Amino acid sequence: MTGTLTLRERQVALALAVLLAVLGLVMAGAARQGVMALHGVMAIALGLGLAFRIGGTLDDPAPPRDRLTRYDDGPTRFGIIMTLIWAIIGMGVGVWVAALLYWPEATPLVPWTSFGRLRPVHTTGIIFGFGGNALIATSFHVLQRTSRARLADSLSPWIVLLGFNLFCAWAVTGYLLGSTQSKEYAEAEWYADLWLVVIWVLYFVLYIRTLARRIEPHIYVANWYYMAFILVVAMLHIVNNLAMPVRWSAPESFPIWAGVQDAMVQWWYGHNAVAFFLTAGFLGMLYYFLPVRSGRPIWSYRLSIVSFWGIVFFYIWVGSHHLHYTALPFWAQTLGMTFSVMLLVPSWASAGNAIATLNGAWHKVRDDATLRFMFVAAVFYGLSTFEGSFLAIRPVNSLSHYTDWTVGHVHSGTLGWVAMIVFGAIYTLVPQLSGREHMVSPRAVEWHFWLAVTGTLVYVVALWNAGITQGLMWRAYDENGALSYSFLESVQAMAPYYLLRTIGGALFLTGAVICAWNCRATMRAAQGEATDRPLAVQPAE
Amino acid sequence: MLRLHYNLEKISMGMVAAIIVVASIGGIVEIAPLFTIDETVEIPDDLRPHTPLELAGREIYIREGCYACHSQMVRSLADELDRYGPYSLAAESAYDHPMLWGSKRTGPDLARLGGKYSDDWHVAHLIDPRAVVPASIMPAYPWLTGSLDTSLLQDSLAVLARLGVPYDDEMIAAALADAAAQSRPESDGAEDLRARYGEDVPVSAFDGNPSHLSEMDALVAYLQSLGRLTNAAYEGLAEEDGS
Ligand code: HEC
Repeated sequence: MTGTLTLRERQVALALAVLLAVLGLVMAGAARQGVMALHGVMAIALGLGLAFRIGGTLDDPAPPRDRLTRYDDGPTRFGIIMTLIWAIIGMGVGVWVAALLYWPEATPLVPWTSFGRLRPVHTTGIIFGFGGNALIATSFHVLQRTSRARLADSLSPWIVLLGFNLFCAWAVTGYLLGSTQSKEYAEAEWYADLWLVVIWVLYFVLYIRTLARRIEPHIYVANWYYMAFILVVAMLHIVNNLAMPVRWSAPESFPIWAGVQDAMVQWWYGHNAVAFFLTAGFLGMLYYFLPVRSGRPIWSYRLSIVSFWGIVFFYIWVGSHHLHYTALPFWAQTLGMTFSVMLLVPSWASAGNAIATLNGAWHKVRDDATLRFMFVAAVFYGLSTFEGSFLAIRPVNSLSHYTDWTVGHVHSGTLGWVAMIVFGAIYTLVPQLSGREHMVSPRAVEWHFWLAVTGTLVYVVALWNAGITQGLMWRAYDENGALSYSFLESVQAMAPYYLLRTIGGALFLTGAVICAWNCRATMRAAQGEATDRPLAVQPAE
Repeated sequence: MLRLHYNLEKISMGMVAAIIVVASIGGIVEIAPLFTIDETVEIPDDLRPHTPLELAGREIYIREGCYACHSQMVRSLADELDRYGPYSLAAESAYDHPMLWGSKRTGPDLARLGGKYSDDWHVAHLIDPRAVVPASIMPAYPWLTGSLDTSLLQDSLAVLARLGVPYDDEMIAAALADAAAQSRPESDGAEDLRARYGEDVPVSAFDGNPSHLSEMDALVAYLQSLGRLTNAAYEGLAEEDGS
């Protein structure tokens, strides 16, 4: 990591690492005990660890003179490793909590293994840890390649990645110890949220500065999506997390929003976390890696413009479809439903554009598991967005809401679309960054593919059945006009589906473990670095 | 149009500005009116905020992630009214920072839970759900019998008061006394608590032991308060039935 830093940069990095340790010390000192003190200690540990690592290299030789004529791929490589680590943590915990619903006594009776505390570890681990690292890592790669310029400076990519992972680590350890805001997908407490804002601003600045160096006058589509991801996530994160700490020295706060306004803000955030974190960013990934891997240009430039602005405009409105028939005013529910249905147009335009891009490359889809991952991702993207629009329709939602159908829907998106495109991108990137033609074990990629597809299908089909069964049982009346089933009967009916979904999840996890092993082996067997070179003239430093 | 976009693509800050504008419209149109249209939340006269003990229980409910399996939002659908009771009004969560409407019912909705079961039932159920409901898949929470940490309670009330929850200075000053008193039916403090929060506030040795203030006391007090902070939902239903 330090090999490509100049002496001056190493000195700055050392100072920043010490600063982080001091920040941790202040946090730990102010809080004295509990979660916030632990988080202070984690910051100290990271700061000191980095300080020693960098300090030890101050006397090392300067980086090769031609470093500025190469792409900066170190951060991408690190980001991919973190992606895989979080994949195993997030999916592992996911399988565990799934098992708990089938076998509630599987967990020892200690607080931190309780379902309610592990569940946000799973969601944060996957969305932020797995998804976030994958997005940041690939965005660095795509940004440099499409701009044909090296990242604007050598330090900030590392700060962004390390800072982001510190946020993730704070968040999940906080939940285990009972520190949470309870806002779904935004459970982390106020100081972690503030930290993420700082990191995100650095990320944005780095992105814009690098774009400014591009030699190609046009900004490639993939970058529009990554930019929308960075900008809108910042907006959502700040507004949704506005909170007043109980004390500056305590990891507890109250959101400034209450009741129905809080619900609307929460789902404006919640659904757009799906839109701009789990969709826009990954569409950026798709728009770059699919054409690269298949060797075909994007089918329609026009369609990509229409679908981009359609997604940016329509998605923001749809959050209120999470609140049908609730105390949210009717007009707001109706807006949410209407836009959700309209959203299908740009969504299918994107999915269609992706699939049409593969025209003429179908033999590659057949032979190349990596490209198949991307193809399946595009198909699941199309299916999930259709299902999403359907579930947002008020009468359908009256049946599906609060049931496992929603959970199934989310997983058809996250397993089928998000994770598949990430794996496709990783299997393209890892050999390239290792200067190799292929992964160490192409057979393992093939295995991973089939495990992932089978796991997803088992999971999603199980939860369709579960959700529809629940919804129908809850609303069933007998001939005397009384409810037919007690709630408990609907719980008992879930057992087989909960078992199946656990199995589906375990298959998917197995695939991810194989992927992590294969990537590790490939990186270890590296035969050099990526061979492509930036074209932009780099300013002297 | 295409030409315009062709040029826009060359200006990174132009793209940035365009994305911000286009992505802001929906949020502004949908969220801002919720704060300005008065009918969105009509605060009933009898609505009270949570007592300090209930508030502490609410924090435990949040800490343990009960909201991941339980909603607190009865929708206006016939079967939900029959199963749970009157549908939830916006006013009922007007003082809830954050709201706990939930999004998943692995267990039943809890919006109308207050008064449905005895305190003893809740205690037994939380310590071991399967001892009470053999087919339950709810996690067990035996550690809730430990002492309640009240060190942040007073500041919590003060912060909520600043956010608009009607806690007055007296309530804030007496937060710790009120928390203890609510679980001691025989004490003098119980009268003061009722004077501050209303005669209907349940005062009880929730976990059965009045001499020890436990997390269980707080959580059960909170569960018994659900749906009981105002009668508005029941009155609204009675009116509809009458007409
Ligand atoms: C894994 C999901 C899950 C979690 C987490 C969970 N519950 Fe439950 N809960 C259930 C299920 C399932 C039932 C129905 C079976 C039963 O009564 O035990 C239930 C029932 C209940 C009931 C009875 C409701 C009624 O009307 O009969 C109460 C009260 C309750 N839970 C409170 C809590 C509290 C408080 C917490 C957090 C400390 C919690 N639950 C966490 C799943 C969960």
